[in-house]
Parts: sequence; structure tokens; C-alpha cells
Amino acid sequence: MSLCYAYYPGCSGLGTSLEYDTSTRALCESLGIELVEIPDWNCCGSTPAHAVDHLLSACLVGRNLGIADDMAEERKLDGILTPCPSCLKNLKTTQHRLADPEFHRKVELVVGRTLTADLPIKSVLQMLVEDLGLEALAKLVQKPLAGLKVVPYYGCIMIRPPQIMQFDDPENPMALDNLLAELGAEVLPFALKTDCCGASLGTTRKDVIAKLSGRILDAAEEAGADAIVTACPLCQLNLDMRQSQINKANHSGHNMPVFYYTQLAGLAAGQGETSTMMDKLCVSPRPLLASLAGRTGEGA
Amino acid sequence: MSSSPKTFDSEFIAEVQRESEQNLALCYQCGNCTAGCPVSFAYDYPVNQIMRLVQAGRKQEALSSHAIWLCASCETCTTRCPNDIDVARIMDVLRHMARREDIVSEKAVGAFWKAFLESVEKHGRVFELGLMANYVSKTGRMFTDVDLAPMALRKGKLGLRAHDIKKLAEIRGIFDRYREQKQ
Repeated sequence: MSLCYAYYPGCSGLGTSLEYDTSTRALCESLGIELVEIPDWNCCGSTPAHAVDHLLSACLVGRNLGIADDMAEERKLDGILTPCPSCLKNLKTTQHRLADPEFHRKVELVVGRTLTADLPIKSVLQMLVEDLGLEALAKLVQKPLAGLKVVPYYGCIMIRPPQIMQFDDPENPMALDNLLAELGAEVLPFALKTDCCGASLGTTRKDVIAKLSGRILDAAEEAGADAIVTACPLCQLNLDMRQSQINKANHSGHNMPVFYYTQLAGLAAGQGETSTMMDKLCVSPRPLLASLAGRTGEGA
Repeated sequence: MSSSPKTFDSEFIAEVQRESEQNLALCYQCGNCTAGCPVSFAYDYPVNQIMRLVQAGRKQEALSSHAIWLCASCETCTTRCPNDIDVARIMDVLRHMARREDIVSEKAVGAFWKAFLESVEKHGRVFELGLMANYVSKTGRMFTDVDLAPMALRKGKLGLRAHDIKKLAEIRGIFDRYREQKQ
């Protein structure tokens, strides 16, 4: 039984989280999971759309759900996948709200087509845990991440609100913990695993990011982590690209690599630089990965 | 017309209830939403007080608050509400109403969201460099993130060209019909 999904990469995958999209595709390919990109997909509108109007947000998402409907008529799909929690929340919220017939009719009028929108929608992480199973991922591991101490950072909305997201525990999720443990990493307890990084206030209110993302970096360091591992493009950007801004604002000196879990999975599976794209991280993980090779006696 | 401060506006309460599909009377001020809210430190009113202002029909104070623009949509309040009130959705609805009344207490946040959606309408997907240029022109915040630009460019993380979708007419149609519906 092979798995096949309609894949929604999200806009950040074309720019600021290129390495997340690339490593996600590479990981799925090596696991024999087929990802068929939703043709000509458009932006889901992210936070600005739902903050401006729920109908607009649902219609931007609706066009993508409609194209996925067409794909499902052509071939059997196991669902729609996206790596990005913000896209995921918009997709799932829209699907949830389309259950209201009056809202459904309004959205169809604006999108200009009929919508079924009944495919299961999951994050890539949820698919790995629930549809594939972590045992299959464990079989892929050639170079266990032994000696690498990490804290898993889920961010807020991959699991919240639980009524919509229907995945893991909203206060103490374990999917990423378990996945990283399968890769051989040492996963440290992390009380801030679902605390907010400040999200899209990075451009407009840097003081908020410095405080919230700064606290996550402080806590990761206090926990004794070598690195933070995340599944969210915006969390990663705030913690990694903005780390120098945060250090300046808080008079801190963090030098903490912030990986996507798909990059580390690729590394453990023995994939090379074209798949894992470690060079895209702003805080270089090179010294850490080199020291890891020393700790385990293997090339990382 | 908007009401003056400290006036009980029952139509406002009904409107928030209708648009958010939430029963405001269920909030008994336990404070769980505020206890979990990560952005409270930057708010003028903590989220439980926003809920109380809405219950009390104090439209002007609720809609002109900074809090509604600083909410990060992290969904912690909704997740932890013991009475299953979707508090984050109410914050969304208050932003919608404030925008319609032209009250945007955090100008930069409003400008950023506007620039973001203009980018989506123009290209079908967000064009990050164009978005930042548009945001700077709206706010005059010339030095926003200028310190990050060299790093972002070196890493190839700031696309220099837009990734327009093929069927742009479909996106334009969605925006046009959405505006017609809203009139």
C-alpha cells in the first residue's frame, strides 16, 4: 500500500523556508510517499486574510481545495498534506466551516465553482506519525543522530485549536519528540514546546518577538540543548533569521541552530546537502554537526 | 454610527455574537485566556477585559484597543477556555469590525496585513520582496529589517522575482466577487 497525497507547499516554501520544502519532498520520496503538488495553487491568505475577513480567507483556501477535488477525481488520494502549520490551520478551519450550508454556498459563489472539500487534511508530521508510522521512518536511519541534544518546538497552531486541528495533545504534544527519538537524537524535556514565538509580529513589533522568541532561545539553552527543532516556517524564521536581532535587543549571545525536523531526518537517512540544505540556516549548524561527527565517530 | 465611549450598545453585542457564532454570556471572567496569552505584556487591555468590554457593549473601547491588533492568533485562549468559547475567533471578528469602521490602533500591523493581501491579489502568491517594499511605502518604516536583508539575500531566502500563478484571473475574480458580496 503506497501513500499518495495532494501537496500544498505554501508561499514560504518558495523563499524563506526553501530548505523545509526541499527536505520535506526528499524525505517523502525516500519513504516512498508520493506528493503531487496542487497545480497552480494560490496563497491561503495566512493570518492577514483571517484577520481581515473570514469569507475572504475561506475563498482563498477554497480555490485550492477545489483543485484538490479535481485531483481526487483523477486518482485515489490519501488526503491533502502541507508542511506549514499556518496553511494547515487555514485549510482545516475552512473545511470545518464549509460544513455550514449557507457559508458553503457563499464560498462557492465567490470562488466560482462547486466544492466537495472532504479529503483528510494533515501536516506532513501528522502523516508520518499516523498514516505511515514512525517504524517506517526508523528503518530509513543510517546515521543515527547520537549525541545530539535537541528541544522540540511545535509552535502554537499545528495542534491548536484542538477542535479543528485534531492532532496530538494541545498542551503536551509528543509527535515531534517521538520522531526525533527515532532518529537517535537525545530529546530534552521542554516546557515551552507550544509557547508562541510572536508569529507575524516580527516585521511590525520587534519588541514582541524579542521577548517571546528570546524566551524560547533562553529556555532551550538553559535546558542544555545543542539545537532547537521545529516544524513551522514562521517559528524557524523568528528563532533563526531574527536571532541576531533578538540577541541585540536582549543583550544575549545565543548561537543556537534551529533545524526543521525534515532536515534532521534527511541527515539521519544519509541524504546529502542538496536535500537537507543545511547551508540555508542563518545560524550555521556546521560546528555542531562537525562536533557530532566527533562524538559518534561517524561523518555527519 | 459608532457609539460614544461608556455607552451600552446592544447591537454591537449582537453583531459580535452573530459574526463569531459564539455565546458571549458564557464568559464568567475566570481569566484563563489572559493567563495563557503570550502577548498580554504588550496589550492595553488583557483579553479577559476585552471579553468583558464586549459583554458590556462598550464598542468604542473594544474596537479602538491595541490588543485586538497585537493578538498573535496563537489559539491558546480558545484552547484553554473552560466554557469552549472561541476567544481567538472573537478577536478576529473585533479586528474585522474595527477595520470596517476605520479604527486601526496599531497602524503598522494594519498596513502589513493590507500589503500582504495586495501581494496575494496581484500575484496569487506572496512575493516577499514586493510585500516589504509596499509595506515600507505605506508606513515610511525605511529601516524595517534592513539589517536582515544581506543575510536573506545571501541565503537565497528573499526571492527577487514574484512567483505568479498561471490563472491570475481566477484570483482577481475571487477578490472582485468577495468585494461585491460584502457591499
